[in-house]
Amino acid sequence: MAGASEPAGGRPDGAAPPAIELRGISKAFGPVQANRNIDLAVPRGTIHGIIGENGAGKSTLMSILYGFYKPDSGEILVNGQPITISDSQTAIRAGIGMVFQHFKLVQNFTVLENVILGAEDGRLLRPSLAKARGVLKQLAAEYQLNVDPDETIEELSVGHQQRVEILKALYRQADILILDEPTGVLTPAEADHLFRILEGLRDEGKTIILITHKLREIMEITDNVSVMRRGEMVASVRTAETSPEELAELMVGRKVLLNVDKAPARPGAPVLEVRDLRLVDADGVERLRGIGFDIRAGEILGIAGVSGNGQTQLLELLGGYPEKGSRVSGSIRVHGQELDLTGTRSDAATRRARGIGHVPEDRQVEGLIMDFAAWENVAFGYHHAPKYNRGWLMDNDAIRKDAEGKIARFDVRPPNCHLAARNFSGGNQQKIVVAREIERNPDLLLIGQPTRGVDIGAIEFIHKRIVELRDAGKAVLLVSVELDEILSLSDRIAVMFDGRIMGERLPGQTTTGELGLLMAGITDTAHVPDDAGIPPGTPPHAEAAGDTA
Amino acid sequence: MDFATAIQILDSAVRLMTPLLLACLAGLYSERSGVFDIGLEGKMLMAAFTAASVAYATGSASLGLVAGIGGSLALSLIHGAASITFMGNQLISGVAINFLASGLTVLLGQKIFGLGGRTPALSGDGRFGEITLPFADSLREVPVIGPIYAELISGHTILVYVAFAMVPLTWWVLARTRFGLRLRAVGENPASVDTAGVSVTRLRFAAIAICGVLCGIAGAYLATGLSAGFVKEMTAGRGFIALAALIFAKWRPWSALGATFLFGLLEAIANRYPNLDLGIVTIPSMFMNALPYILTVIILAGFVGRAIPPRAGGEPYVKER
Repeated sequence: MAGASEPAGGRPDGAAPPAIELRGISKAFGPVQANRNIDLAVPRGTIHGIIGENGAGKSTLMSILYGFYKPDSGEILVNGQPITISDSQTAIRAGIGMVFQHFKLVQNFTVLENVILGAEDGRLLRPSLAKARGVLKQLAAEYQLNVDPDETIEELSVGHQQRVEILKALYRQADILILDEPTGVLTPAEADHLFRILEGLRDEGKTIILITHKLREIMEITDNVSVMRRGEMVASVRTAETSPEELAELMVGRKVLLNVDKAPARPGAPVLEVRDLRLVDADGVERLRGIGFDIRAGEILGIAGVSGNGQTQLLELLGGYPEKGSRVSGSIRVHGQELDLTGTRSDAATRRARGIGHVPEDRQVEGLIMDFAAWENVAFGYHHAPKYNRGWLMDNDAIRKDAEGKIARFDVRPPNCHLAARNFSGGNQQKIVVAREIERNPDLLLIGQPTRGVDIGAIEFIHKRIVELRDAGKAVLLVSVELDEILSLSDRIAVMFDGRIMGERLPGQTTTGELGLLMAGITDTAHVPDDAGIPPGTPPHAEAAGDTA
Repeated sequence: MDFATAIQILDSAVRLMTPLLLACLAGLYSERSGVFDIGLEGKMLMAAFTAASVAYATGSASLGLVAGIGGSLALSLIHGAASITFMGNQLISGVAINFLASGLTVLLGQKIFGLGGRTPALSGDGRFGEITLPFADSLREVPVIGPIYAELISGHTILVYVAFAMVPLTWWVLARTRFGLRLRAVGENPASVDTAGVSVTRLRFAAIAICGVLCGIAGAYLATGLSAGFVKEMTAGRGFIALAALIFAKWRPWSALGATFLFGLLEAIANRYPNLDLGIVTIPSMFMNALPYILTVIILAGFVGRAIPPRAGGEPYVKER
């Protein structure tokens, strides 16, 4: 155990040292810099939120704290004492407990067995099981953490499974509890109960770090909040002194405003009509709660929102591949014709045949086969097209010739269609996907995060192509977490929050502040004066929070 | 069929099921830890060879047993290095071990003894002798109980008793000890063990080491208990039958006892009645001898109900972010 009651050295004011302090933590995975020079101080007995988009580096940072990864550089202090966390055992001994996003439970074990696993008192199980039974009873009474200790995990609801994870940490006498996206799989009622538990733990003097991308949770329960973006800690503030829209902006970030030359839209007949679309995923979580919108020919509808609010599910459903086990209802019409939502005629191939092109959010997983050559990737999804086939066989010469043309027209560099997709840079990978989908001349293009991880030059190029498609009288559904991209490309903007569309705005008649509020789920924008939006150019808040006594 | 014949068949079944039971429990330890092992066959074969060779050279069956365990353990560690340390494919590693054992035993046997891959026949202390339990002879004349005790229960080699003792021991280890809890956990969800601060690698290596020891005993029993020396390919697919029994037993020790007994009984019946005369038809010996293998195919094809293997089985553990 690290000396918990020792006064910290080097602190003349005698104030209690932070429970956790990180100094200059950096971690790279190959060329990807997951964490860059992170500083963080979490005062004892507080709930500290860490907020940021998917891929901002939050989980990596917490994995470092739990001994899963060694940082490339930097220092960790627990209760003021420097510590090297080389493995999870060290972290546990230092009083750090972790509740992972994906639970680390053994499905066919009982609650008791899961709780004692790795924390047994001796070679035989009986004494440990008896002791754990007593401790669980006590914890249940103290923190409303009721779970039947003899139930097997697979019989428990997700919310109860999460309680088991918390119990595991408390059984190991964790003082500092890290929760990674704890509410992602919970119903609102379960989430509320979790928050009551966390507040109870804080009141007992435990320190809690809550990782999330949901602004509502941060505002509701945390004392301080730190914002991460692209591997960097961009701000740490007291929750009471910030606002959802400020946090939303800090999370999404502001890039150099890219000017997109585009004439006013001349919308035609509706191409896509979506009504009351609902989706409940395999875990029973309602991801889409009655989505409805239209897109007309020659129009770009931008969907803004913090990631994880149902955009992915919406795109997958429209593209014909909702997550396995999802239950879907509602109606999607293309050119007035109803699309099947279930059954064999609801798959991606059928959607493509109906003139729907799709640039998926994650190009490396859904858009490309990374080990296949560029020319092969250019044909995927359309490989049954007559021009690619000669009787029973694929006409590889024709595909290659076609691919070379696309690669030239989309300025893919290097212009070598025999190179495997993984050997291209992110921007050029994206150009390959965009080339494949746009050159099929779809009536409706679904495009998710078109410029995530793409360099400036390629962004401009891709934006131009999207506008050209619109000007050719096609409908475009643009989903992006980059507000600037939404603002500069869209003809109309819909904001998604928690599976709903919170409202529609016109890009010329809204502010980032107003959109930020909608993204945080606050619809009551009537009283917000126009200048509430933070003008572009203001640097992100960077004052450190912590003990400003 | 009279009572004495039944006892004789059962007695034979016990002898024949012993290597299957040991190999089956060996596979149980390995697979419950999440490492699939189709190399049971190769490990038994290697153990049979090293056991017979050392028993012949030293004239001691016990030293032969130690050598058998050593030979099998060496192959286990190769499997561990390939599939745990280097995260290779467990099936391919297992196949490689089977081929390695099959070739190496014959090659070394020919090089050392020059008998076409056999080892010289063992006699005397080179083989495990039969143990006569107390009062076996005096109780022999008691009706029913006497023959069961004297013929069926008494009069086996020590390794047979070891094999049977391993069943409750294995159950106890899995259900009642810390090691057993962690072993079961690592085969179901290694991340749960890893995040609890326990080494997945060390646990899995411990499991395959136990697997190696048990396969070693099984192989030594084949060469120095059941037979008197090593013969090329003498395991005759028993490693695969043990795997089938393991699936049949749904990876549980007591069920493994029942499953391997069924296979042993079939083999014993085939030995006793080469041509089984059922009055109307006579079942030819080829069919009788093939019975255990046919049963294996039936079990592996899933005709015995759904068997859920350990959830993390076959997958090397990679830490995820």
